[in-house]
Amino acid sequence: MSVLVDKNTRVVTQGITGKTGAFHTRACKEYGTQMVAGVTPGKGGQDFEGIPLFDTVHQAKKEAGANVSIIYVPPPFAADAIMEAVDADLDLVICITEGIPVLDMLKVSTFMQGRRTRLIGPNCPGIITPGQAKIGIMPGFIHKPGRIGVVSRSGTLTYEAVFQLSALGMGQSTCIGIGGDPLNGTNFIDCLKLFNEDQDTDAIVMIGEIGGSAEVEAAHWVKANMKKPVVSFIAGATAPPGRRMGHAGAIISGGDDTAEAKFKALSAAGIHVVRSPHEIGAKMQEVLGK
Amino acid sequence: MNLHEYQAKQVLKRFGLPILNGHVCYTPGEAEAAADQLGGGICVVKAQVHAGGRGKAGGVKLAKNSAEAHDAAAKILGMKLVTPQTGAAGKIVRKVYVEAGCAIAKEYYLSLLVDRAKRCVSIIASTEGGMEIEEVAHKTPDKILNVRVDPKVGLQAYQSSKLAIDLGIPVEARKHFVQVVKGLYTAFVDCDLALLEINPLVLTKENTFVLLDAKCALEDNAAFRQKAIHDMMDYDEQDPRDLRAQKYGLNYVGLDGNIGCLVNGAGLAMATMDIIKAFGGEPANFLDVGGGATKENVTEAFRILLSDTNVKGILVNIFGGIMKCDVIATGIIEAAKEVGLKVPLVVRLQGTNVDLGRKMLAESGLAITPADTMDDAAKKIVSLAK
Repeated sequence: MSVLVDKNTRVVTQGITGKTGAFHTRACKEYGTQMVAGVTPGKGGQDFEGIPLFDTVHQAKKEAGANVSIIYVPPPFAADAIMEAVDADLDLVICITEGIPVLDMLKVSTFMQGRRTRLIGPNCPGIITPGQAKIGIMPGFIHKPGRIGVVSRSGTLTYEAVFQLSALGMGQSTCIGIGGDPLNGTNFIDCLKLFNEDQDTDAIVMIGEIGGSAEVEAAHWVKANMKKPVVSFIAGATAPPGRRMGHAGAIISGGDDTAEAKFKALSAAGIHVVRSPHEIGAKMQEVLGK
Repeated sequence: MNLHEYQAKQVLKRFGLPILNGHVCYTPGEAEAAADQLGGGICVVKAQVHAGGRGKAGGVKLAKNSAEAHDAAAKILGMKLVTPQTGAAGKIVRKVYVEAGCAIAKEYYLSLLVDRAKRCVSIIASTEGGMEIEEVAHKTPDKILNVRVDPKVGLQAYQSSKLAIDLGIPVEARKHFVQVVKGLYTAFVDCDLALLEINPLVLTKENTFVLLDAKCALEDNAAFRQKAIHDMMDYDEQDPRDLRAQKYGLNYVGLDGNIGCLVNGAGLAMATMDIIKAFGGEPANFLDVGGGATKENVTEAFRILLSDTNVKGILVNIFGGIMKCDVIATGIIEAAKEVGLKVPLVVRLQGTNVDLGRKMLAESGLAITPADTMDDAAKKIVSLAK
C-alpha cells in the first residue's frame, strides 16, 4: 500500500513533446511507471517513443485509460492545462510547472470547487511511491520502498531528507512534493490525513518553509488528529523578512510566518522538530527507536 | 517587482482613479518649473525610492511656492535616505515627484493583496491612514477591516458600500469611495499586482477622495503578460549582484554574512544558510542555481560569489537530481581557474553522477575541501572561514 499513486496508476503527460516533458517522461517510464499517453494539441494520432499522443486529456483518458496527469506546460498555458485535466475528471493532476501567475491559480482553485480531482503543485517535484511509480522529476535511485511518508514544500531539500532516511535504512511509503507556490492544490493537512490512514505508513517527515501559515495549520491538525509520529524541519530561519527566497511562497510578510513561529507551533503540537536539516534522518531513527 | 510612487500613479490614472497632478524631476531646477506648472502654490516634493517610511526619514517636504520646491528638491536629491525598510545602508535619492497639494479632511488606509489561505483577493482598510499598518494591526487589530472578494464574481458594489459605512465615511463621499475601490480592484486584477497599497487615501474637504500615496508591486510570475509595467523596472533600485544573477537565471539574495553559498533548489538553499548559522557561521547570500543549470550558469554564480568582498569562504551544496554532479564540477573548476580561488572552498556533492563529479574535483589540482554530508560541509566551511 501507499498513498495516491502505485503500480496500477496510468499516467498521461501534458506537454510531453517539450524538452522537460520529454526528458522526464522517459525517466518515469524507465523507473517503471505506466506512462500510457501524452497530450500535445495538434499531434493526436502520433506517438512519442511508443507512447500514444492525443489532442486532449479527455481522449487520453477515454482511449488510453489514463487516470493521473503530470503537467510540464509553460506558465502562460499551465492553468488552462490543469483545468482541462480537472474537467476530464482524472483522479489526480500533478503540476510541475514553476512560475504560474497567482491570479491564474486563484481561477484554478475556484474552478476546482465541487469537483473530485486532486491537484498536487504547482511548482513541485511530483510524487513517488518507491519501487512502484515515480511521477515527477525527483531522482528515483535515492528512494527505497519502506514505511516513512514524506511531505514537503521543497524539491532538493526533500531529496536530502529522503537520502538521509534511505542511508539509515528507512525506506519510504510515498513522498509528496506539494510545491513552493503560495496557492497550491494539496496542502500539508491533506497529505497528513492520507498518511495517517495509510496502513503501510508508520511515521511522517514534514518539511516546510518560511512564508504562509500552512505549517501552523498542519500543526493544529496534528495535535488534534495524528496517530503517528511526525518529524519536521522548516527551512529559512536565517532568511530576512520581505525578500523572496526563490519560491514565490517563501517570503516572510507578517510575524507568524517566520521559521521561529512555525517551529514553536510544531513543537507545541508534539511534532519532533529538528533545527538543522542534517538531523532529519537521525531524528526519525531516534523516534522509531531503531 | 516594485514600482515607484509616480509610476504606480501613472498606472492607476489609466483606471480613472483620482490622482493629483505631478511631475517627476531629476534636478532642483526641474522641480521649480514643475511647481510653477502646478500653479506655483503649495506642493509636495517626494523622494522616489523603493521604500516606505520616506516622510519620517526626511524624504518628503512641503513647499509653499516654487522657490521652496527648488530648495526642497535640492535637499532631497542625492541624499541617502535611511528608513526601516532600506536597512542601514540606505538608498540614494535620484529623482523626486513634485505633486500638487490638497486640503485634507481625513486619512484612510486601503490595500489589496491575494490572501493565500482564503484563496481570494482581500481588501484591507482602516481609519488609521498615514500610519504604519503593521503597527495598527499590532496595537489595535479591531481597526483593521478585511473585505474578501469572491473570485467567482469579483468585487460587488455592496461590499464597497458596506466598507464605506464601516469606516464611517460621510454619506456625501460614499459614492466616490465605492468608485475608487472598484477602480483599485480592477487595476489590481488587470495588472496582475501582488500588492496595491494606498496610504493614505485622503478624503478632501470637498468630500472627494485622492490617492495621496500609492505603492504597487507587480507579481513576478505575471511579468510575461504585463510587459508595459515590467518595463518600468528601475535598475538603479536593484542590487547589481541581483541583476547579474537574474540575467543568468539564478535566484540570488545578498545578505550580510561572510560565507558564500551555491546550492540547487530554493528549499535546500535556505536549509544550507540555516545549517551554516547552526554551526556558528553567517551566510553571505541565498543562491539557487535552479534545477537545470548549465556549466555557464554555475560559472557565473561563482563569479558573483567571488565578487562579494565580504566572502571569506564558499560552500557548494548540490543534490543532483536533474542536475548532474559532473556538470557542477566542470562549472566550479572553470570558474575557479578563471576567476582565481582566493578563499577556501568546501564542496558537497550528492546524487546523480556523484562519483564522477567528486573525481573531477579531486583531480583538478584546485584547493577544494570535499565533504560527504551537509553537516560535515557546514562544519568545515565555518572553521575555514574564521
